[in-house]
Formats: sequence, structure tokens, C-alpha cells
Amino acid sequence: MELLLVIVIGLLYSGGVYLILRRSMVKLLLGIMLLGNGTNILIFLLGKITKGSPPVINEAYKVFQDIYADPIPQALILTAIVISFALTSFAIVLLKRVYALVDSDDLDDLNTPEEEEL
Amino acid sequence: MLFTVLTGLITSGLLIPFGKLIKIKWSFLLPLIPVLLFIFYLLHIPTIAGGTNLVQHVNWVPSMGVNLDFRLDGLSLLFALLITGIGTAIFFYARTYLKGHVYYDRFFAYLLLFMSAMLGVVLSNNILTLFVFWELTSISSFFLIGFNNDSKESRSSALTALSITGLGGFFLLAGLILMGNVAGTFVISELFSKHDVLLAHPLYPLIAGLIFIGAFTKSAQFPFHFWLPGAMKAPTPVSAYLHSATMVKAGIYLLARFTPVLGGNELWNNTLMIVGGFTMAFAAIHALFRVDLKGILAYSTISALGMLTFLLGLGTPEAIIAAAVFILVHALYKANLFMVTGIIDHETHTRDITRLAGLRKVLFPVFIAALLAALSSAGLPSTFGFIGKDLIYEATLHYEEHWALWLTALAIITNVGLVAAGFMAGLKPFTGKLPADFEKVHLPYPSMWIPPLLLGILGLIFGLFPGVVGDLFNNQAANAIAHAETGMKLKIWHGFNMVLLLSIATLAVGIVVYLVNKPSEKKLAAVERFNRIAPQRVFLRIGRSIMRASAWYTHTFHNGYLRSYHIKIIIFAELLLAYKLWISGPIKINWEELTPLSWYEVGIVAILLGALYIIVTTRSRLTSVVSTSVIGYCICLMFVFYSAPDLAMTQFTIDTLTTVLFVLVLYKLPSFINMTSRWIVIRDAMVALGFGVILSLIALRVLQEPNTTDVSSFYGENSYLLAKGKNVVNTILVDFRGIDTMFETVVLSIAAIGVYSLIRLRLKASEKE
Repeated sequence: MELLLVIVIGLLYSGGVYLILRRSMVKLLLGIMLLGNGTNILIFLLGKITKGSPPVINEAYKVFQDIYADPIPQALILTAIVISFALTSFAIVLLKRVYALVDSDDLDDLNTPEEEEL
Repeated sequence: MLFTVLTGLITSGLLIPFGKLIKIKWSFLLPLIPVLLFIFYLLHIPTIAGGTNLVQHVNWVPSMGVNLDFRLDGLSLLFALLITGIGTAIFFYARTYLKGHVYYDRFFAYLLLFMSAMLGVVLSNNILTLFVFWELTSISSFFLIGFNNDSKESRSSALTALSITGLGGFFLLAGLILMGNVAGTFVISELFSKHDVLLAHPLYPLIAGLIFIGAFTKSAQFPFHFWLPGAMKAPTPVSAYLHSATMVKAGIYLLARFTPVLGGNELWNNTLMIVGGFTMAFAAIHALFRVDLKGILAYSTISALGMLTFLLGLGTPEAIIAAAVFILVHALYKANLFMVTGIIDHETHTRDITRLAGLRKVLFPVFIAALLAALSSAGLPSTFGFIGKDLIYEATLHYEEHWALWLTALAIITNVGLVAAGFMAGLKPFTGKLPADFEKVHLPYPSMWIPPLLLGILGLIFGLFPGVVGDLFNNQAANAIAHAETGMKLKIWHGFNMVLLLSIATLAVGIVVYLVNKPSEKKLAAVERFNRIAPQRVFLRIGRSIMRASAWYTHTFHNGYLRSYHIKIIIFAELLLAYKLWISGPIKINWEELTPLSWYEVGIVAILLGALYIIVTTRSRLTSVVSTSVIGYCICLMFVFYSAPDLAMTQFTIDTLTTVLFVLVLYKLPSFINMTSRWIVIRDAMVALGFGVILSLIALRVLQEPNTTDVSSFYGENSYLLAKGKNVVNTILVDFRGIDTMFETVVLSIAAIGVYSLIRLRLKASEKE
């Protein structure tokens, strides 16, 4: 399974990078979301992935009796997901406002290069 | 002393808000500043002439050894008097010269800034403070040269001057820091005792070389001389003040100041002698071909600066005395001649000496001033210039026997040129028949012709009482340069000897040259043909290529397209990561440790990859948004399989919310445009795939690293015992790292406020494009 995840990480990153190289603002945002997802899985992979044993202590005991999934990457990813939501939602609304102002989804229309001669 | 430096700086700053007032009626206040400063330094003459030095110390950045240390010794005093004294004359003169100019207030702000900076240079006892003021003089000079900013020539001359002096500044800074580090101190008065340490140090040639470049660029020595004639585009008071009497002498000051620290060996003396000697002869001959009054003066100034460098290079006590005197002589007559030129230009609107003649009839007091200056520059007996010239010949004649003759010959050539140039500028416009079109020329306000006349008379008085003047001004200056007693005694009459003979011969030949030499545009054009091989060509070409290179750089790397920045950053990151992966050795996969695959996992991954493919290729915005959420749900399922229930829940909620928000807010957007060419798509795909591959390799490498679980097991063991919670992820987030989570909530709230206000914000009709 790890190898499959490695491939997924690579492809999510590729897709994300490809999308942020586009001209559309929406694609840029989607690209950033894909990069975020790829990173989450990469962090997830950093802790050993374990099947069927969540880091929750059994009702009857006070400490773990068995092996359990690494809780630290999970805590990190949880934070990352929430923060990226804040970023994404703000970006979505901002995008809408930009669209209302310039009537375009094209990043190049946001440029006002200075007219200068050498 | 600090306050004398600060007065000008503060007033200069005050002119920004109060400039308008000054322009209207309070302009008489401006010259008061140099007058008061001049009086302040005059009052110090008795102390300094008695051989005491004044020191003032104010902490500025003590931790870096940069302090506002000031020290007034003979050399500093001589320069301070020149700066404030000539400054007084110039301020009075410029008040009338620029009357009614739009940027009147700005002009005086720059001039005051310059004066303070110059005082700072000559008074600083710390080489880093000295450097700061040194650069300030370059900057104020830049603004003053480009003062007529609607003229293209003016702007380009200002730029040339700034690039040359600024470039020199870089070298100087390097030299000063090196010297300070080798000597272990940045305080000039302490450097004197490090003379032997510095001279013996292997880095000595480098230090001296760097300081030479700094001084030569500032003092317009060959091959950096060409910015000075260009600087004559400045208003005449500026040329008189900065580009003949004071700023250009900062380089000389620097050399003189460091003569006791770095001087006294062959490298130092020979370089100065060769560069100075060549510059003085070259510029003196050049001056004879000019037809523009300011051009003549510019080249004769370069020649005089060369002479000073040359004298410092000779390094004998006699040469140093000659240098100390010649600084004063030159400042007096050259500022005078410039001011006269300014009057001529102001009244007749031409500076062409082939056209100017007979002006003595209409500008008589100006003629007297010019005559006194020309005579002093020619070194006629009983003028101060005569004393200076005598000393120069004495210095060259008494040099090592082997070279004395050649050096004297060089000095004679230069002096002949200077005599003729002085007459050309100071006598030629006033003699002969007055052309008809100049008959209406009238005398300007007295405030314009009194300052040059005063300087001229001062030159005469100094020439009559050289002994007194020498004791007051030059004696201690020479002692400071030599850092020893030079035993100077200026006399008006040296007896009938070789020196006097040479002086008279120089004068005679100079007059003959003046009479014979008829400068014309034609001759000038002939000389200018050599410009093709002149150093300014080289510098210009270097400057242009640097400009082209930076333009190319800016256009390529800073073109304002977001994706272009992205691709450059990503490619750079790829190269860096690939290199790191390459040097960290091969990747081994431990097949036994891998978790086994099951069919539903493969299925999820297949769906995920399918959704990814759709996002990248689809034209429909909605499809791509939905596909992104599909990817999110797939990841959510993976979290479920691999024991992360909290993550799965969060991912599910967030993904749903994001998609809803996306669809709600963006449903009005157009479908994607596709204007990218095939080639760019392929290029981007390659870059993106490359990045993916590298990240995959990094992930593989991570897998091969042994897993350390110290921190994890701490949380696992103590989750219930310390935090009374059985879900470890929860206890980490809300107990162990509770403050982090609190701040995360703050971030979320800020984002929420932002989202809410952006949604509520209504556009005004005018804001819409």
C-alpha cells in the first residue's frame, strides 16, 4: 500500500503544480488544494501507516495494550486541513470579488505592467 | 563640532516644509548658516595654530565601532574654513543667481546637505562615519548636477558623476573596512600609531589600491576624470563650490589624511606621483583646446587636482607644504573664476570664449575680480598663486636628484598650461573690442560680483603677507599631513634663485601660449576625435551593458506573470531537491515491511487518480470542483482504512464545506479559457511531472528511514494519565498543544470575518470596470 500512496503523492503534486501554472484563477486555487492534499498524505506516510488500530485507548484500560497508529502525524494533518480550509474559503470569496471587479478569471488581466522604455 | 555638521542637515530638512516661506521673503536667512559656521571655525584658528587638536566623541553604534567622533586638526581646519568660507561666498552669490527659480528652496536644501556632508568628511575621526558623509557628498552632488532636470544632458551627466563617484565609494568602503580590521581600530587618530603594522601587512597593497580608487574617482584623476567636465552642467554656483573648491578636494583630503597612516613607501608615493603627474599635464594641455569657459575651468581644475595628488606623492616635507598652500590658492582663484563665468553666462547668455570680448567696459568690477584670479592662477609675484608656484618648484627641484629634472619639467608644462588657461578664462572675455550685441549687458546685483571680488582681493592680501597666512592656515595642515613638524615658513621673496627664474619663465611662456593659442570649435573637434579611445567610452560601454543585462534580467525574471514566477521557483526547487536526492545515495525498498494491498484500496486509488485526470483536463469549472471533492473523499476513506477516524471526519466535513462554498460563490464564473499553446502545455506537464517524481522519491526515502516514536509514545502513554483523555489525537490538540489550537481558532475566526465581510461588501457602480 505504501508504494501506491507514494504514487498518489507524486501525482497529486504533479497535478497541483500543473494547475498553478495555468492562467485561470480557479485552477490556481484547485492546484493549491491538490498540493495541500498531497502534502497531507506525505505527512501521513511519515508515521508508519497502521491498519485497524486507531490511537484511542481501550475503554477498560488507562494505557495502550496493543500497537496503535502514530497520533502525531494525525494531529498535524488535522491542523493542516482546518487551516487550509480557512485559506481556501477566504480565497474563494476573494476570487469572486476580483471577478466582480475585472470581469475575468484570467490572471493576466490582473497585471498592469508599467509602460517603460529602455 | 557635531552641531556644525548637524545645523546644515537639520536646516536642509526644514527646507522641505518651510521651503515656500524661504522662497518668498526669508531667503536672507540662508547665507547666515555658512557665515556663522565660518566664524565658528575662524575662532578656532588660534587654538589649532598653537598645535592643539580638538576631539569630540558621541556614541552612535558603539557595538559596531561606528561613533560620531570628530577631530579638528590643522588639515581639517583648513578644509572646514574653505568649506564654510567659500560656502559663504557661494550662498550669497547663488541667492541672486537663482532668484525666482522654481526649485529655489530645493537648491539650497541640496547645497546645505552638501555643506554638512563635506564638513562631516573633513571632521570625522572615525573612518566609517567619514565614509557615510563621503557618500552623502556624492548624493548631494548628483542632485545638484542634475538640478536642471528638464535637460537630458544634465540628467545623464548627473548619472555619470554618481556612477563614477559611487563606484569609487564602494571600493573605498572595502578599503576602509579592510584597513580598520587590519589595524584593529576605526578611529583615525589611533590609526596613526598603526602605520608600521599596516605597511608590513600582506594586504597592504590591496588596502592602498582600494583607497586610491576611492580618492581618484572623487578627485577626478585619470582615468576617472571625465565626470568632472560633465558635472559642469550644474548651475554655476555648484560648479564653483562642489566641483572646484570643495567636493573634488575630498579625494585629496582623503589621501592627505591617510598619508601618515599608509604613506611613506614606494607603492603609495609612486602611484600618486604617476597618476597625479599624468593627470595634471594631460588636463592642462586639454584645457587649452576648450572654447566653453566652464570647460576650460573644468580641465584646469582636474589639472590642479592632479598637481595636488602629485605633490602628496612626492611626499617630501617641501612637497607637503606646497600641497597645503596650493589647496588654498586654488580654491580661492578657481571659485572666483567660476563665479565670474557665472556672471558672464547670466548676463550675455553665452560661455563661448571665441565670441566673448571687451566685457571690461560693461562689467568692470567683475573684470577686476577675474583679473586678480587670473594673475593668482598665473602666479604673478605678489599674488598668493606666486607663493604656491614657488613652493611647487622647490618641491620638485629638491626631489631625488635622478628624477628632479623630469618632475620639474612636468610641473613646468602643467603650470604653463594653467597660466594660459587662467588667462583664457579670466582675461580673454574682458579684453578686445566689445561686440555690438553685448553693448546692452549691464552689471548684475552687487551680491553677485562682490563675492568673487572679495575672493580676488583676499588672494592678493594673502600673497602680500604669506608669513602670517601660512602660520594661521597652512602650517598646521602641512604638519597634519606629514604627522611631523614640517617647519614651514612662507616668504614673499626667496631671493634671486633657480625657483624664481623658473617662475618667471613659466609666466612668460604661459603668456606666449595664451597669445598664440586661438581655441576654436575646429581644434576642439580635432581633439575630441581621440574620445573614441578615451576612458569614458569604456565606462559608458560597461555601464550600457550592465543596464542591458539588468533589463534582460528584469524582463525575464520579473515579468509580472504569476505563472512565470511559479515555474521558475518550481524548477529551482526541483534542481535543488534533485541534487540533494542524488548525493544522498540510492533508495532501497524494504518489501517485507510494506502493508499488504487489498482490492478496495486499489479501487479508491483508481477513483482518486481518475478524478485527478478529470480536473487537469476538463474545460468545465463545475466538473473540476466536483472532482476535487471526489479526491477529498477518497483521501477521507484512506484515513478511515488506516486508523485515523478523526482525520476522516475532519476531511469529510471540510471537503463538503469547501465544495458547497465553491459552488455557491463561484457558480457564475465562465468556463475555462484555453489559450495556451501546445508547447507550453507540454513544458508545464514536464515540470509538473518532474516535481511529482521528485516528491515520490522523497516519500520513498522517508519510508526507508527508521521510525522514531519517542514523542508519539510519550503522548500515547500519558494521554489518559496526564490529560484524562483516551483519544490521543484529541488530547494532543486540545491539551498538550492546546495553545497552538487556540491560535488556529483565531486564524479561522479571522478568515471567517474576512469571508463574511467580503460577501457582504457591495460594489459601487463606479468601482466596476
